[in-house]
Amino acid sequence: MAIAQSRPLLAIGKYAALLGYLTFALFPLYWLLKIAITPDQLIFTEGTQLWPSSLTLDNFRTVLFQTDFLAYFGNSLYVSLGTAAATTLIAAGAGYAFSRFDFGGKRIIIAVMLITQMFPLLMIIAPIYKIVASLGMLNSLTSLIVVYTAFNIPFATFLMQSFFDGIPKDLEEAAMMDGCSRFQALRKVIFPLTLPGLGATLGFVFTAAWSELLFALMLISKNEAMTFPVGLLTFVSKFSVDWGQMMAAGVLALIPSCLFFIFIQRYLVQGLTSGAVKG
Amino acid sequence: MARIELKDVVKRYGSVEVLRDIDLDIEDGEFIVLVGPSGCGKSTLLRMIAGLEPITSGDFLIDGERMNDVRPRDRDIAMVFQSYALYPHMDVARNMGFSMEIRKDPSNERTSRVKQAAETLGLTSLTERLPKALSGGQRQRVAMGRAIIRDPRAFLFDEPLSNLDASLRVEMRLEIARLHQKLGATMIYVTHDQVEALTLADRIVVLNGGDIQQVGSPLDLYERPANKFVAQFIGSPTMNIIPVQGKSNGVKLADGALLELPHLFGTIDAVELGIRPEHIDVVEVGDLVGVADVVEHLGSDTNLYLQVEGLGPLMVREHGNIPVQPGDRVGLRIQSENVHLFGPDGNALRCHTNEAAA
Ligand SMILES: Nc1ncnc2c1ncn2[C@@H]1O[C@H](COP(=O)(O)OP(=O)(O)OP(=O)(O)O)[C@@H](O)[C@H]1O
Ligand SMILES: [Mg+2]
Repeated sequence: MAIAQSRPLLAIGKYAALLGYLTFALFPLYWLLKIAITPDQLIFTEGTQLWPSSLTLDNFRTVLFQTDFLAYFGNSLYVSLGTAAATTLIAAGAGYAFSRFDFGGKRIIIAVMLITQMFPLLMIIAPIYKIVASLGMLNSLTSLIVVYTAFNIPFATFLMQSFFDGIPKDLEEAAMMDGCSRFQALRKVIFPLTLPGLGATLGFVFTAAWSELLFALMLISKNEAMTFPVGLLTFVSKFSVDWGQMMAAGVLALIPSCLFFIFIQRYLVQGLTSGAVKG
Repeated sequence: MARIELKDVVKRYGSVEVLRDIDLDIEDGEFIVLVGPSGCGKSTLLRMIAGLEPITSGDFLIDGERMNDVRPRDRDIAMVFQSYALYPHMDVARNMGFSMEIRKDPSNERTSRVKQAAETLGLTSLTERLPKALSGGQRQRVAMGRAIIRDPRAFLFDEPLSNLDASLRVEMRLEIARLHQKLGATMIYVTHDQVEALTLADRIVVLNGGDIQQVGSPLDLYERPANKFVAQFIGSPTMNIIPVQGKSNGVKLADGALLELPHLFGTIDAVELGIRPEHIDVVEVGDLVGVADVVEHLGSDTNLYLQVEGLGPLMVREHGNIPVQPGDRVGLRIQSENVHLFGPDGNALRCHTNEAAA
């Protein structure tokens, strides 16, 4: 800050760059909102204007009360929360083991987990379909949770491992000297310090599951089991691309992600371990 | 209160032997200091006693009971870590009281003990702070407080004062000495600092490359080092080592001069002579003549770094202020009663006549 204050030009430049980036990144979101509140008859006539001449909430009303949107929404919420919880739980356990213990086959397991991340999804979608079909789990939300969890675990594990690596081993050992069992040390000392890591992992997995389309499209065909991204496509066929409603649905879909990140944001604050060890 | 015994303890990481045949018998209430160069296995030894590192082979006993496979929490030993290892999400008071919290001691007792420990360590005004809002020295003291809050069977300290400035170090050193007197608990203390080792220890254990070189009282190690390593490791400034040729009644120096050591026998095996800088006198006419290279006036002492013809560099510490200038030629006399002789294997030749008589 001291530097920014002593050189106003540099500060202005910095903020201009930030503003430019934010405009670039957030413009599509703005456009989404704009179309969602534009009356249908104005969408094409005023297509390129930055702000429509009149506003309406009709699109939201239609989406909420005259389509299956709420059902899709509920399905997505169930799948995403389920995936986030299951993945984070498993990844936290695996990440802790990778970070703290040496065991036979550790390198191989890590290598295999890395390899799973190398294949394009399209390559494995057919075999996955076969497996799920033969288990009789097509059109079930549980199958989506299982598949999403399986796909997210490797990355989430590496993420959690790096968070555990960032917590000095001395802290656990000190806790054990203070009379904790390993599990108590984990719960009383390590867990509170891993909250940012858990938050980040939950958020990451939740968003990934929330917006996943490919598997949902393949594994779900019944209307009542559709997740939100699949349901969004129904706006294309039913109403011959009803832009206004589609965008309104999109805006509503952003809400849980935003809420989720607002909720975990305070756990993402870094520097929780500062002061633990010298230096 | 505990007597701690280590019998033939070995530590291996894979095929690397980090500690070999460690035999050590620590009496109840004794203050043991571990010294040795970096990487010699001091922390490893401490961690094995704490139960944080498995013992590869050998026996570890507390009060005669084998503890090799006992969990750290059941050994009832407190440890101050080289890195402090304070819990960053707990304030100072909770950090110090954590062990009592885990043991579910009554909270009023906990509060009063934390208060008492905070007073002892001068932390009273800081009890509500988080570790990140403390200075290095304050963190150090919290780490100490965490250990003294309970009455463990033994205390382990891993270089607890290494991060403090000189004056705080002296203060904390005295505090530890006082603590030991008050509690009378067995303490094992790792340090790099000669003064800490010599002032605190009942006995010092010198480690090098995974072997115990010598165990003894500070004076023992200073006056009767078992080998060249201990001789050079203990004492500051470092002991001078001069190559010699053993003769029947003394040793012959490399410049040809004969140093008669009539009170010693067995000098014939000597290949090196050790003499501490404070045991060489500056005289008019001595055994040797040196040319002063660097002269350091410390006020209470004068350090002379000399070149002796045919012998090489030699360091001399003389009490008081002596008027020698760089480039001056000075006569030197080696105090023959303070000479140490080492054989070809580096071990000290135990050849003092008075010792042999005793
Ligand atoms: N996990 C490990 N695997 C292999 N070797 C190790 C491991 N931990 C320590 N060592 C080795 O054991 C030796 C002793 O280490 P230790 O930490 O006990 O040294 P130290 O005497 O405490 O040194 P310092 O004074 O620098 O703290 C070192 O040579 C180190 O490389
Ligand atoms: Mg160490």
